[in-house]
Amino acid sequence: MRSFDFQQPAGLAHASQLLGGRGAKGMAGGTNLTDLMKLQVEMPQTVVDLNRCGMATIDPTDDGGLRIGALATNTATANHARVRSGYPVLARAILAGATQQLRNKATTGGNLCQRTRCYYFTNVDQPCNKRKPGSGCGAINGIARLHAVLGTSDQCIATYPGDMAVALSALNAVVEISSGDSHSRSVPVRDFHLLPGDTPWRENVLESGEIITGVTLPSPVGARQIYRKVRERSSYAFAMVSVAAIVEMADGAISRADLAFGGLAHKPWHDPRLSDLLVGARPAVALFDKAADILLENAHGHGENDYKIPLARRTLVAVLAEATETEL
Amino acid sequence: MSAHLKQDKPVTSNRLDGMSQGVIGKPLSRIDGLAKVTGTARYAAEHQVENLANGVFATATITRGEVLSIDKACALAMPGVLAVVDDDRLTTRAAQGTAGEAPQQSPAAVCYWGQPIALVVAETFEQARDAAKRLVVEYRVDHDAPLDPATAEAEEQVDDTVNQGDLAHAMAGSAHSVDLRFETEGHASAAMEPHAAIAEWDGDRLTVYASLQMLNYNIAEIADALGIEEENVRLLSPYVGGGFGSKLGISQESVAAAIAAKAIGRPVRVVMSRQQVFQCVMRRSETAQRLRLASDRDGNLKGFGHEARVSNLPGETFAEPVLQSSHFLYGSENRALKLEVARIHRMTAGSVRAPGEAVGMPALEAAMDELAETCGIDPVEFRLRNIPDRNPEEDLPFSSNKLAECLKRGAEAFGWDSGPRSPCQTRDGEWWVGTGMASAARVHAVGEAKARVTLKPDGTAVVATDMTDIGTGTYTILAQIAGEMLGLTIDEVDVQLGDTHHPRGPGSGGSWGAASIGSAVYLACLELREKLAERAGTDEAKLVLKDGATADGKSLVDLLGGEPLSRTGHYEPGDVEDDYTVSGFGAFFAQVRVNRHTGETRVDRMLGAFGFGRVLNEKTARSQCLGGITWSIGMALTEALLFDPNDGHLVNCDLAEYHIPVHRDVPAVEVVMVEERDPVASPIQAKGIGELGLCGGAAAIANAIYNACGARLYHYPMTPDRVLSALPG
Repeated sequence: MRSFDFQQPAGLAHASQLLGGRGAKGMAGGTNLTDLMKLQVEMPQTVVDLNRCGMATIDPTDDGGLRIGALATNTATANHARVRSGYPVLARAILAGATQQLRNKATTGGNLCQRTRCYYFTNVDQPCNKRKPGSGCGAINGIARLHAVLGTSDQCIATYPGDMAVALSALNAVVEISSGDSHSRSVPVRDFHLLPGDTPWRENVLESGEIITGVTLPSPVGARQIYRKVRERSSYAFAMVSVAAIVEMADGAISRADLAFGGLAHKPWHDPRLSDLLVGARPAVALFDKAADILLENAHGHGENDYKIPLARRTLVAVLAEATETEL
Repeated sequence: MSAHLKQDKPVTSNRLDGMSQGVIGKPLSRIDGLAKVTGTARYAAEHQVENLANGVFATATITRGEVLSIDKACALAMPGVLAVVDDDRLTTRAAQGTAGEAPQQSPAAVCYWGQPIALVVAETFEQARDAAKRLVVEYRVDHDAPLDPATAEAEEQVDDTVNQGDLAHAMAGSAHSVDLRFETEGHASAAMEPHAAIAEWDGDRLTVYASLQMLNYNIAEIADALGIEEENVRLLSPYVGGGFGSKLGISQESVAAAIAAKAIGRPVRVVMSRQQVFQCVMRRSETAQRLRLASDRDGNLKGFGHEARVSNLPGETFAEPVLQSSHFLYGSENRALKLEVARIHRMTAGSVRAPGEAVGMPALEAAMDELAETCGIDPVEFRLRNIPDRNPEEDLPFSSNKLAECLKRGAEAFGWDSGPRSPCQTRDGEWWVGTGMASAARVHAVGEAKARVTLKPDGTAVVATDMTDIGTGTYTILAQIAGEMLGLTIDEVDVQLGDTHHPRGPGSGGSWGAASIGSAVYLACLELREKLAERAGTDEAKLVLKDGATADGKSLVDLLGGEPLSRTGHYEPGDVEDDYTVSGFGAFFAQVRVNRHTGETRVDRMLGAFGFGRVLNEKTARSQCLGGITWSIGMALTEALLFDPNDGHLVNCDLAEYHIPVHRDVPAVEVVMVEERDPVASPIQAKGIGELGLCGGAAAIANAIYNACGARLYHYPMTPDRVLSALPG
């Protein structure tokens, strides 16, 4: 860990100003940042503690949705009565991640900004274009078991590791971003994270000085909600593949199908073509296979992670079958 | 005064069985438990030492080559940095268990990625860590280091080679046979307490607070590495937060701390990071194994072939002893066994929990399952038919062999269905459910051990030895042995461990601790009883001691007459070892579920039945078995060291990415203890327990996976991707 200045601003305006400074990094729960600082993957000159900026509440919105403050802990969110009743996919996704101890510290905003667990990213003595632009990618010809099969580039095949954001993507939640007291903008979660392309160090749309203030959920839907996370051990492991699904039926046909995927890409993966295919169709195994064909049309593995392609197919088909009560 | 026994023949009677206190074998809670859960038990890095400086290793970022230069000036200019130590005496590899001499030194010669090359010492840990990370090192790189154990040059371990009868002929001519190849991945000990040491000098005298398993060997290793006399070294390891083999021999931290402390004239603490523990201490070798088994129509083995390839660094003598129990577990006249070790540049391979059987038994027992199926014989019955009367290779008797009883009692307790078996019979929703079983075997060993037992004038006792308790329950069982023999409750026995000023114990490792040091305490107590009997005017055999007094009311305090009474027990393994095959035996039963869509496997329940001689404490013995079975689950389903194919570095070097089982992965586990007295195993007739609990357990899970879903897998761990690729249809 490098020495750093530690600032504890009491309001957003000051926090934003500090975060606009060179080498500044915001910290909420710190569960990911401090680990990376110890490893010198992150070497901020200034750590801006956001915990005195409010933003921890979970409140109903005027249009019947829910606003989750950026500093609400994962535990608080997953246990919140409105989340449990209206957005169970979110509660389940959060509880599928990390451990109770970590969730007690982790926050909404911090979770969205967590960094990849690529083995080469976290080892500063290995090449990584994300950590050190131009140094190469150790994973492409190395150990790529955890790595992405969709939306990769020749620069980076890392995955976004989280669960919560996968559910938020399925829910089509919106991220509120502030750059001080007077300026704010809204970005759908589906557009918040970026693909690696030629700039793998850019993981989301936040600009210097911007702060996530909260996430807004649309009003609840009465649909069947599923979060399915596949992993070799049953807790404290990142997803090999995960699927968040919000599926509703009407008159024997699918009337809503919002799907998002974890473990496959540099961001929670959402493919609007899946809803287009599924909505209005009668559930059938052949239909689910077709959905998987579309999802995985451009998937390619790097040897070690080839398994993710058939696994994603099987998991998607299983989730759709469960959601629509279709026999497999 | 010492009571010495070199065990040249079986010990068929035992005074422990004739005592009155009634504490031996009882499921008593560990006496160090409260200190541990309240945080008052001090581990190596927690000892309070004045004026402490902190050292952190800088490690190699090349696989093989030479350190040409280190920019010390740059590091020394950083805040708080006191020294950059690259002394030629720094050790570069972990010492193998019971080495008793310095491991490889000369840090400038790099032979694996992550090898410590220097120690940076600073006022604070953070300053040292930062400076170590930023140390500028110039290397000469050798580019052709062999990294792939499958293709690297290998040496045959000729002592393991067996060619008896004609295996090829037996394979060709028998009614049934299987010829199977298995792979197991490397494992890490992953002990909770990282490797750590505090070194402090007083003139020429060195004290090291360390996290080590075998102080009697470690003291010699440290003295040898530093070039000083053993008499000038004191090691203290009163509490050790797990070892599992990784602390058998010294690793790099204690010698480095000692050199640095001398250099700066202050005590120095070195704590390895979790990543460093993974990257530079000790790994279990991966294995590639071939099993050839042949049987007649009735399921009697006619051919037994087991070959294995393991790996290690050049120059290391250790080769994962994969075939250890294969030499005697099952009978067959035609036998071919062979072990070879490939030379590759990864960190040292050495003892990790149950070296040998931990990986050999899961391959053998999966092959046995497949052959039983081919024969159409229930797998429990198939094993029962092949238990030999004597060691089939050396024609030696077994000191005791409870395999048959463990198989039968285990099957009964588990509710094993001995009817016809075929896969894919039971579905629970989207989960296939199945059962499997496997035999357990683990060779038993003992080591020379000394312990001093002192009766104090107040009638309480002190047991003192440099033996360690690495979380196993040694403190408690020694109090139980002394309490039983001397008529005291365990609260009246003060057990002092982990200090080389005490008589030398055997250390903890290879599951030999309890039987060895327990025997030394027993011998000391026997001598004390002789003396007390003399004072009480009776024979030792007639002396009844309970609750601090004789049967006729003479108190220990009176018998002692205001003077302490002390004896040192000295147990030495003897010739009896040459006359018998000594091993623990057992059986595992598992029920698992396999998700038909995702290939995820979860263990529903597991049972182990074990025969391991006398049980000294039913609770700590059971806990050892639970730990072993948990290791089995990890080995079967999740644990694998992943090495980069380009530079050989270990990529998954923390507990987030090296997947030991979590609580949710460990279901209801039942342990059946088949109590016995083994007169050869040790004077107290106890055998090793800890490791037996994982020697074969992974195969019970593998066999259950097959029974559940029809997927035969030959590669541990059986992760969802591997299960999916083996699912039928």
